[in-house]
Amino acid sequence: MAGLLQRVAETGRRTVAIEVDGQALSALEGDTLLVALLIHGARLRESEFGDGPRAGFCLMGACQDCWVWTAAGERLRACTTAVAEGMRIVTEGAPWPTP
Amino acid sequence: MADPVIVVGAGPAGIRAAERLVEAGLRPVLIEEGARDGGQIYRRQPANFTRPPQALYGSAAAKATALHATAEALRPLLDWRPDTLVWAVREREVLVATAGQAARLPFCALILATGATDRICPVPGWTLPGVTSLGGAQIALKAQACAIGARPVFLGTGPLLYLVAWQYMQAGLRVQAVLDTSRFALRVAARRDLAARPGLLAQGIRYTADLMARGVRIVTGVTPSGIEGQDRVAALRWIHADGEDERTPCDAIGLGFGLRAETQLADLAGCDFAFDAAARQWLPVLDQDGRSSVPGILLAGDGALARGADAAELAGRLAACAVLADLGAAVPAAEPESLRRRLAPMTRFRRGLEAAFPWPAPLAAGLPDDTIVCRCEAITAGEIRHAGTALEAPEVNRAKAFIRAGMGSCQGRICGLAAAEILAAARGVAVEAVGRLRAAAPVKPLPVLTAAAP
Repeated sequence: MAGLLQRVAETGRRTVAIEVDGQALSALEGDTLLVALLIHGARLRESEFGDGPRAGFCLMGACQDCWVWTAAGERLRACTTAVAEGMRIVTEGAPWPTP
Repeated sequence: MADPVIVVGAGPAGIRAAERLVEAGLRPVLIEEGARDGGQIYRRQPANFTRPPQALYGSAAAKATALHATAEALRPLLDWRPDTLVWAVREREVLVATAGQAARLPFCALILATGATDRICPVPGWTLPGVTSLGGAQIALKAQACAIGARPVFLGTGPLLYLVAWQYMQAGLRVQAVLDTSRFALRVAARRDLAARPGLLAQGIRYTADLMARGVRIVTGVTPSGIEGQDRVAALRWIHADGEDERTPCDAIGLGFGLRAETQLADLAGCDFAFDAAARQWLPVLDQDGRSSVPGILLAGDGALARGADAAELAGRLAACAVLADLGAAVPAAEPESLRRRLAPMTRFRRGLEAAFPWPAPLAAGLPDDTIVCRCEAITAGEIRHAGTALEAPEVNRAKAFIRAGMGSCQGRICGLAAAEILAAARGVAVEAVGRLRAAAPVKPLPVLTAAAP
């Protein structure tokens, strides 16, 4: 399935390898975590209240609807966090920390 | 040594305020939540991106580059603190967090240039992936070279609706429709105030004409009825002004209805607020130079009054002049007078925009019972009505205590205005009678570190 977001320029950047829910994923240097995930997929997290998947909303750090977990148990706001090589992200709710 | 002046927010208002303070020989602290200066409208792309300013900012490229150049030249002359969240304001100090480290910074005066976010009216189905704020749709393009979808619909009202649609069209995306909840007749009625800034008015008309010339559909006076899709946006259902239903397939929706000032820090500082009937929002009470009701606390830019980036630059400088005058520094009277004079037509233009592109209060008040209003905690319009009627919550903070609308991690930034309209309508009172959500520290979530046992 195609991702939500479409790149329209700046595609010649260095690639950055991350892992999302155990799957290897290739992002570009300078991507926010939100962009890295939504280029490939259509969700960032599940609503804690059972109303389905969420994929952020404001993209400017206001709505707090794009927080994801790292495998180590840290929470990151995906729209204001840049991707970094080797990041391990979990979108299925809080993980048991595995540093 | 005396405590410094602190400026919060490195957008157009904050940068110009800091610049004026430096000119007076001060070394202010400039605090920015993001990694780079520029703010949202002149938001900068990451350092390794290569598009020229013209591609990012269009006709505002010269203003954007001038602002960025000023910010860079100022850096060695002030205490520049990027990636820093001001999460509370107390008596003569702000509490900040940078990379997980908290600190207290004392100030002698504080200029809040905290900007604005989109003013959002929920639509049934708006929590589906693929629905993004209009500002977010623009940030994706500007700061990340991404589109929110290949076939987006832009829904809402206000100048940003047309600007973002135009930018998407220019970027080669197939914009499916631009749907404006405001009737065109309102624009005609507001023409005198809109003519206060002929250049901007002409620019707005040009965006609209370009969109139409390229075959992008623009419909005014619409009522959105729902967003469809299974786990992501597939279509928008909406109603024409004459009552006809339509379904527009799309893969993304940019949603926004003007701007909402980011006022939490002013609230924590104890500033008085008053209801602004034009915007149907509570805004800090300010004198003409940006002084709040609390001595030493000033506001400038869209976080004070949504007059746009040009006004923000002037208001930032004006607030700095006021701080300097209050500190006893010499400020030639001609300077603030000239700034006030240049701001006057911008204030008038803003009134025109609020009249031409009003917040769709009836749409918010009439949302179906099962529509999620508060995204943070999945609180529905029906639950808010229940709080206002069966639970007899007379105002928004009581409703928040009863049903948690506005209690979530965004603190009502996104749903607060709509929730107030729903509560007021349920109680049969004017929206100002249900008050405004009080801010609480921390104004945004702070990380809690729990170290693993060795």
